[in-house]
Amino acid sequence: MKTLADLQKIREQVQKQMKVREGKQRGKIVVAMGTCGIASGARETMSAILDELEKQGVSDVTVTQTGCKGICDKEPVVDVAMPGQPTVTYGLVTPERARAIVNGHVIGGEIQSDWVIAQQD
Amino acid sequence: MREISLHILDIVQNSIAAGARRVEIKSTADTECDRLTVTVKDDGSGMPYDMIARITDPFVTTRTTRKVGLGLPMLKAAAEMCGGELRIESVEGKGTEVTAEFGLSHIDRMPYGDIVGTIVTIVAANPDRDFRYEHTVDGRTFVLDTADIRKELGDVPINALPVLSWLRGYLEEGIARVGAIS
Repeated sequence: MKTLADLQKIREQVQKQMKVREGKQRGKIVVAMGTCGIASGARETMSAILDELEKQGVSDVTVTQTGCKGICDKEPVVDVAMPGQPTVTYGLVTPERARAIVNGHVIGGEIQSDWVIAQQD
Repeated sequence: MREISLHILDIVQNSIAAGARRVEIKSTADTECDRLTVTVKDDGSGMPYDMIARITDPFVTTRTTRKVGLGLPMLKAAAEMCGGELRIESVEGKGTEVTAEFGLSHIDRMPYGDIVGTIVTIVAANPDRDFRYEHTVDGRTFVLDTADIRKELGDVPINALPVLSWLRGYLEEGIARVGAIS
């Protein structure tokens, strides 16, 4: 059974990771969470991103959310900003695509051009 | 929306947009009264009185990216479809409380859905705000409060992946203990 006391161990584990990378975050993933995004599956997309990052042992990428960006027909929409690369907006990001974006772009450094709807330097 | 849990995620987005620091979500299923009641209460900016009256109109929204706001109108429809109702109380500068009631066993009631996914998503994306989730089924209650978690974590962010993974398990177990809402 999981209890709040488990968090002490997790805390030590995360502190060690943070020490190794000196608290620096390498990249950022932003999931749009407007009504349009949520109705299109943004929650499942977000869950897939979190799950894949953990599976691959990536701990220096921030995952956050934003509201509706006005491109409701392309939801779920996800932005990926990695250092030295333009910020890429992906559209129609299913959980499967989300996992491919984590592996290909966030980890592999290769923009997944098939699903890009915008790029910003 | 296919699930009440997705509506909850959506209504919490309104709280976040209103600058809430703390959001309290409460779901109560009562078999005897045949009622499912969901409340989302925040300490955000609240709304002026004339806005409350118009807020379930799809053509009223504060956003600027598009001219329709479907979140509350859809939740109202989902509640009324199964013998329930939507109530909104708000005080400008103090916060807003949205209450949706549903007929628990009504054939047209939307499934409650993946509440664990909803809570984990909210916490993951908003590490600097506090959330409380209270889940009651026929008098048995499970409570999660991120303020308690934060106390244990100290300087470690609540959205660190190992913490979120623990949170998912903690919610799943806690809800299974008091009973899931179908």
